[in-house]
Amino acid sequence: MATHAAFMPGEAAAAPSGLWSWITTVDHKRIGILYGTSAFIFFLVGGIEALIMRLQLAAPDNTLVGAQRFNELFTMHGTTMVFLAIMPMSAAFFNYMIPLLIGARDVAFPRLNALSYWVFLAGALLLNASFVVGAAPDGGWFGYATLTSKQFSPGQSIDFWVLGLQILGLSSLMAGFNFIVTIVNMRAPGMTLMRMPVFVWMSLVVQFLVVLAFPAITVALILLMFDRFFGTLFYAPAAGGDPLLWQHLFWIFGHPEVYILILPAMGIVSEVLPTFARKPLFGAPVVIYSGIMIGFFGFGVWSHHMFAVGMGPVADSAFSIATMLIAIPTGVKIFNWIGTLWSGSIRFTAALYFSLGFIAMFIMGGLSGVMHASPPVDLQQTDTYFVVAHLHYVLFGGSIFGLFSGAYYWWPKITGRMLDERLGTLHFWLMLIGFNVTFFPMHYLGLIGMPRRIYTYAPDLGWNFWNLVSTVGAFLIAVSFLVFIANVWKTMRAGAVASPDPWDGRTLEWAIASPPPVHNFGVIPTVHGRDELWLQKHGDGHGGTPAPRPPAPTRQDLASIHMPPPSYWPILLAASMLFMMSGALISIYQVVLGGLLTLYCMFRFALEYHRPHPQESLR
Amino acid sequence: MSERRQSPFRFETAVLLLAVLTLTAACGWSGWDTKMTTVIPKSDFGKLTHGVFMLISWWTLWIFILVEAALLFAVWRFRERPGAPIPKQIHGHTALEISWTVAFAVILLIIGIPTIRVIFKTQEAPAATALRVDVTGRQWWWEFKYPALNVATANEAHIPVGQTIAFHLNGPDVIHSFWVPQLGGKRDVIPGRVNRLVLTPDTPGEYIGQCAEYCGTSHANMRFRVIVHSKEDFERWVAGQQAPAAEPKEPLAQKGKELFGQSACVGCHTIAGISAGVLGPNLTHFGSRKTFAGGMMPSTAENLVTWIENPGGMKAGVLMPNLGMKGEQSQALAAYLLSLK
Repeated sequence: MATHAAFMPGEAAAAPSGLWSWITTVDHKRIGILYGTSAFIFFLVGGIEALIMRLQLAAPDNTLVGAQRFNELFTMHGTTMVFLAIMPMSAAFFNYMIPLLIGARDVAFPRLNALSYWVFLAGALLLNASFVVGAAPDGGWFGYATLTSKQFSPGQSIDFWVLGLQILGLSSLMAGFNFIVTIVNMRAPGMTLMRMPVFVWMSLVVQFLVVLAFPAITVALILLMFDRFFGTLFYAPAAGGDPLLWQHLFWIFGHPEVYILILPAMGIVSEVLPTFARKPLFGAPVVIYSGIMIGFFGFGVWSHHMFAVGMGPVADSAFSIATMLIAIPTGVKIFNWIGTLWSGSIRFTAALYFSLGFIAMFIMGGLSGVMHASPPVDLQQTDTYFVVAHLHYVLFGGSIFGLFSGAYYWWPKITGRMLDERLGTLHFWLMLIGFNVTFFPMHYLGLIGMPRRIYTYAPDLGWNFWNLVSTVGAFLIAVSFLVFIANVWKTMRAGAVASPDPWDGRTLEWAIASPPPVHNFGVIPTVHGRDELWLQKHGDGHGGTPAPRPPAPTRQDLASIHMPPPSYWPILLAASMLFMMSGALISIYQVVLGGLLTLYCMFRFALEYHRPHPQESLR
Repeated sequence: MSERRQSPFRFETAVLLLAVLTLTAACGWSGWDTKMTTVIPKSDFGKLTHGVFMLISWWTLWIFILVEAALLFAVWRFRERPGAPIPKQIHGHTALEISWTVAFAVILLIIGIPTIRVIFKTQEAPAATALRVDVTGRQWWWEFKYPALNVATANEAHIPVGQTIAFHLNGPDVIHSFWVPQLGGKRDVIPGRVNRLVLTPDTPGEYIGQCAEYCGTSHANMRFRVIVHSKEDFERWVAGQQAPAAEPKEPLAQKGKELFGQSACVGCHTIAGISAGVLGPNLTHFGSRKTFAGGMMPSTAENLVTWIENPGGMKAGVLMPNLGMKGEQSQALAAYLLSLK
C-alpha cells in the first residue's frame, strides 16, 4: 500500500495545530473549514460589491460610481457569488459532511482534495488581483462574445477573467471526480445507494453535473483565450466565426451550473427538516429521483437563456417544453418537504428557520422561473430586473438560505460549540425581511421596464422609489450578516459546548464526538437504514427493535487506523499553477518557468513517498 | 388559547405576512402605466405575449398562495408541544405523490399549449405590405433606415399606426438587444446575422426603448424612442426626411456649416450634400430630432455645446472623439445642427 499511517490515534488524540498543519493538511474536515472560511470571505466581498451597486442605483442619474466601475462591479459580483461564494460554500459541506454521512474516514483522494482547495484559492486570488492592478473584468459574468474580444475589450480585464475561471474550473473538476469516487466506493457496509442520506445523493448529482458541465465552459474559455492571445477568430462574425457559439457553450455549462448551486441546498434542507420535524423525509426515493431528473433535464434547457437571440419557433418551443418539464421534479420536492413537516413535531431552531425560509423563497423563485420558461413572456422579462429578482429568489432565497441552514445545523458538529439560537433567529428574520425588501420590488421594476446591468436611469420612468427601497433592503441584509458574525465571534469564545448529538439527529455524523476525531469513526459502523442513528436510538417506530449500536473501538481498532500524512505538495503545485497562469498577463518567460515548476510539482506530488508507520512495519 | 400563545413564531409570521402584503400592495398602487411598462401593450405582438403572461401569472399566483399557505399551516399546526411523543414515522404516500406529480403536468399543459401557439404566431413571416425598417445597433446608439423610403435617422424611429412593421436587426460591433417595452418583447441584434421583429402598433404615441443586452461601457445610455404616428403625420415626417438638408439662415449657423465641412466631423457623419461618413449618426435632419447621444440628451444648444466640447464627459466611453472645438466654434456647430430641421 502506498498510504501508510503517519497519524497515530492511539497516542495523539488531539490533532496537530499551527499554521503549518493547516497548510499541509489533507484532512477532509480541515479542508472543509478552509473552503467554508474562504467562501464566506468572498461572500462578503461579493456582498460589498452589491452594496456599492445598490447605492449607485438608489437614485436616478446618480454619480457615486461611473459606468466603467459599475460594469466591473456587476461582473465581479456575479462571478464571485457563483464561483467564489456559493460553490465553495457547498464544497465546504461536501468536504466536511460527506465522509461523516457515509461512515468513511476521509475522501478517496485526500491529497487531491487539498489540491482542489489550493487551486480554488489560486483562481480566486487571480480574479480579485484584477482590482489591484485596475483591470477588473467588465464583460459580465456571462462574458458574451463579441464584447469580450480583443477588439472591444482591449485591456487585460477579460484576460483575468478567462484565466481565473479556467483555474477555478480545474479545481471543481478535481473535486467532482474525488467526491464521485468517494461516494461510490467508500460508503460504510450496509449503506446501499438508497440508504444514503439525501444530502449525499444531491451532492453526487452535483458532482456529475460538475464533471459534465465544466468541460463545456472550459472549451468556451480556451477558444476565447485563443481569440485573445493568439488572434484566432472563433467568435468573430466578420471572419466566419459565430458569437452565438459562445452563448451555446456558456449556457450548456451555465444552466447545469444553476443546479450545481441549488441542489446542495436542497440536500441540506432534506436533512434539516426530518431532524427538526422528527419524522423521516417524506417520499425520500422520490426526492432522490427528482434530484436526478433535475440534473438530467438541466442539460437540455440551456437555450432558455437565449429566447431573444432569434433561434426560430421550433427551437424556442423545444427548449420551452424542456424547461417546463423541470418544474415537475422541482415542485414535487417542495410538496415532499411540506409532507415531511406534516404531522411532525416541529422544533424551532435557527437551522429549521433557514430551511423553511429556503422553501418559502424558493417557491417564489421557482414560479417566476416557470414564467420565463414561456418564450413570449420571457421576451419581455429577460434582461430586466424581473430576472434579477427571479435569480436572487433562487440563488439567495434558495441556495444561501439553504447553506446557512446547513451552517447552523452542522456548526456544533464542526466546531464543538453551539451557536446562540437567539442571535441565529434574529439573523434569520433580518435576512428574510431584508431579502424580500431588496428583491421583491425588483419583480415590479422589471415589469415596468427596468433593464439589467445599467449603471444609471432617467428619473421620469417610475423606477425611483422602489430602487431606493431595494437599496435599504440590501443594507438590512448586510446587518443580518453582522449579526451572524457577532454570533460566531461570541460563541467561539464562550459558547456552550456541543454534545455529540445536540439535535437528536438521524444520521451517522451525530454518532461521533463534536468535533469529530481526526479518524472520524473508531469502528466503521454497519448501516441498516437511511436514518441509521435514529434507528439505533428509537427503532423504526413500527415495533421493530432498535438497530444495534456499533461496539466501542478497542485499542487494537484504533491502532490499525490508517490516516494519510500531511503534504505540502498540493499547495506548492497550486502556487506554481498560479505562477504559470499569471505569467500569461506578464511575460512568456514566466509561463515557461511556471509550466516547468508545475510539472516538477506534479511529479513530486504523484510520487510522494510515505514513511511507514512504526506499528505498520511491526506487523 | 394558551396553546396559541406558546406559538414561538406567531408574531414573526404576522410581520412576514404584513411585509409581503405591503410590498405587493404598494407595488400595485405605484401604478403600472409608466413610460416603459411591459404590461400595457400597444401592439398586436405585445397583446399576444401579454395574454400568455397574464395566464401564467394567474396560475402561478394561485399556486403560490396555495403552497405558501400549506407550508405556513403545516409549520403552525405541527409545532412541537411539550411532552408530545415522537411522531409517527411516515415514509411517504405513493398515491398522493403520484397525484401531485400529475397535477403539475396538467397545469404545465394548460400554460404550455398557448405558449407554443404564440411562439409560432409571433414569428410568422411578415406580409409583403409590411414596412421594412433596418435597425443597426451600435456602441452606443441606434440607426434606423427605411430602404423603401430612402430615409435614414438615428435614435428616433417613426412608424405609422396600424401598419405592420418588419424591423430587420443587425449590427457591426457587439450584441445589443432591441426593446421597446410597450410595443412588445425584445430581439437581439447580433453581428453577422439579421434578426427580425414583426409588429403592428395600434396606438399613436411616443414609446421609449433601450438596449437590453449588456454591450459595454455606455450600455445604460443606449436609449431610443419609437414614435407611432397617424398615417398622415407619418407621411409628413417621411416627406420632411426626404427633403434635402436645410440651408442655414442665421450667420452663426452658416459659420457652423462651414466649420462642419472643414473639420473631421465629415469623416463619421453624413449630411446630405456635404459629407458621407457612416460611423456616426446621419445628421441631415438632426434638428428634427428631440434627442441625441443615444437618445439620452434633449437636443438643446446648451447640451450640444457641452457634447461637442467633451463627448466623453456626457456619455462614458463614447467613440466620438473630442476635436478640441471651443467657444464660438462649438456654438456655431450647435446652431447649424439645430437648424437642420
